[in-house]
Amino acid sequence: MGNISSLLNRLFRFYYDGFRNMSGWGRKVWVIILIKLFIMFAILKIFFFPDFLNKNWHTDKERSEHVLEQLTNPSDNHDR
Amino acid sequence: MIDNIDLSLVDWSRAQFALTAIYHWLFVPLTLGLSFILAIMETIYVRTGNEEWKRITRFWMTLFGINFAIGIATGIILEFEFGTNWSNYSWFVGDIFGAPLAIEGILAFFLESTFVAVMFFGWNKVNKKYHLASTWLVAIGANLSALWILVANAWMQHPVGMIFNPETARNEMVNFWAVLFNPVAVDKFLHTIFSGFLLASMFVLGISAWYLLRKREEQIAKKSILVASVFGLLSSLMVAYTGDESARTISKVQPVKFASMEALYDGKSNAGLIAFGILKDTDQKLGDKRVKEFAIKIQIPGLLSVLTSGDRDAYVPGLKDHISGNEKMGIISTVQKMQNGKIAMDALKAYKRARMVNDTAQISSIKGVFKEKEFNEKYFKYFGYASVNKPEDVIPDVPGSFYSFHLMVVLGFLFIIIFSVALYLLFKGTLSANRWFLWVALLSIPLPYIASELGWFLTEVGRQPWIIQDMMTVSRAVSQISTGSVITTFILFAVLFTGLLISEVSIMINQIKTGPKH
Repeated sequence: MGNISSLLNRLFRFYYDGFRNMSGWGRKVWVIILIKLFIMFAILKIFFFPDFLNKNWHTDKERSEHVLEQLTNPSDNHDR
Repeated sequence: MIDNIDLSLVDWSRAQFALTAIYHWLFVPLTLGLSFILAIMETIYVRTGNEEWKRITRFWMTLFGINFAIGIATGIILEFEFGTNWSNYSWFVGDIFGAPLAIEGILAFFLESTFVAVMFFGWNKVNKKYHLASTWLVAIGANLSALWILVANAWMQHPVGMIFNPETARNEMVNFWAVLFNPVAVDKFLHTIFSGFLLASMFVLGISAWYLLRKREEQIAKKSILVASVFGLLSSLMVAYTGDESARTISKVQPVKFASMEALYDGKSNAGLIAFGILKDTDQKLGDKRVKEFAIKIQIPGLLSVLTSGDRDAYVPGLKDHISGNEKMGIISTVQKMQNGKIAMDALKAYKRARMVNDTAQISSIKGVFKEKEFNEKYFKYFGYASVNKPEDVIPDVPGSFYSFHLMVVLGFLFIIIFSVALYLLFKGTLSANRWFLWVALLSIPLPYIASELGWFLTEVGRQPWIIQDMMTVSRAVSQISTGSVITTFILFAVLFTGLLISEVSIMINQIKTGPKH
């Protein structure tokens, strides 16, 4: 137990010190990463990129029926 | 049929995917190649104990870090698009696409959270050998991560190792090894990673040349050039070799793309390879498509036959052979493929009808048909042709395929020359004196990026109208969402990615101007 706790502590210190002593470019890059991830997951994914099949159909059977319809008669459901 | 689909939706969805893929690919190849260059430089440091190599490694690692961080997760947007814009495709490909992407995601996660952290934070915290091992593992892991994406893409070019299940409307993987060792996947992986190595080598060579032009950091620049030139020359030779292998595979599994790459309309024996050519329109038509011919061309006689089959007298089929068929050469016509595809489509329609009326005997019987080897090889293989209106619709953009292929090849040979000259001047001791070459090296940094994007352009445009070769057209794959929302996200991505690119370039230029730490 003591060994695991010591390992976790060392692991934490490794990342903590790494981030703390990061150079100027590293900080800039992290700011960009966080902004980018926020835009991607909190804005784009939620508001612009819902999963089309999961959003419109509730079961895999319904989804497969829809795709089957699209494969065999793609002109249907155009205005959905 | 294709005409029933809202083409502006299809075109905007394609444009959006192309935009995100092109931007994503600006970040990836540098990561693939620079990671190995770092590993080589650090190995020299560990073996020699020379602190200057440590400085060199740390400097290039900074640039690697900037590129890695800015590019990270840009590929996830492509996965968003699969679910939203390409839902029919995503469902149809089933676990064949999902499994490799999941492996890639897990690999990337473990790499990024562990070994990359050791690379950047661990210089004074772990011993030299452990640090070196981490750098190598990042390089190997990043390239293996790319493998799975390329396996998924290769399956779209040459679908193998699966069986279609009409009940779920999905393809199900029946042979993982066939998917992994798909000949297109093997060629694509090798060609792509070596082109990434080449690109990173040119990046290191060009920036080092800038230092020599400014008479700064000369020892570090020359040492970097030595590594970059040797690695770049070997990589560019391997790019040429794997490119040749790749073209041979394409000639077998995507012969229409191959004929378009060479703008070969009439098949022939002793076919020549076009070294240089400019296309022009003719009055002749193939269906409703205008046939192109060469206004100017330089041709190497017989070489195309030799490259495709190893025999000067081998017959290389042209676009007309693929459209009209050539019984003597065993090439079936597009009309025949359309008929075969329609038989598979009719079977699927019959299944759908049986399911609607719950005719269990019929359902079971048709499910059995879809498992038959003969049905799959003769009919379902051409399932996508049932969605094709006219035979000539299966011909991709010939000038686009021809020019992208030939420009990429010309650039490939140019890279071999640049790396060879760099090595020659370096060993002769006259590199710094030949400022013209330093300028050439510096200005050549964008060229491998262009060559790499041209390669992807050829890969994707050259297989149109297919999203999955012969099995699914792009029009069938697209989700029926509003075109307006696709245009909105297209603009959002254009702004986001351009912002990221500007950030990357400006932070990098800053670091390059600052130079290695003393």
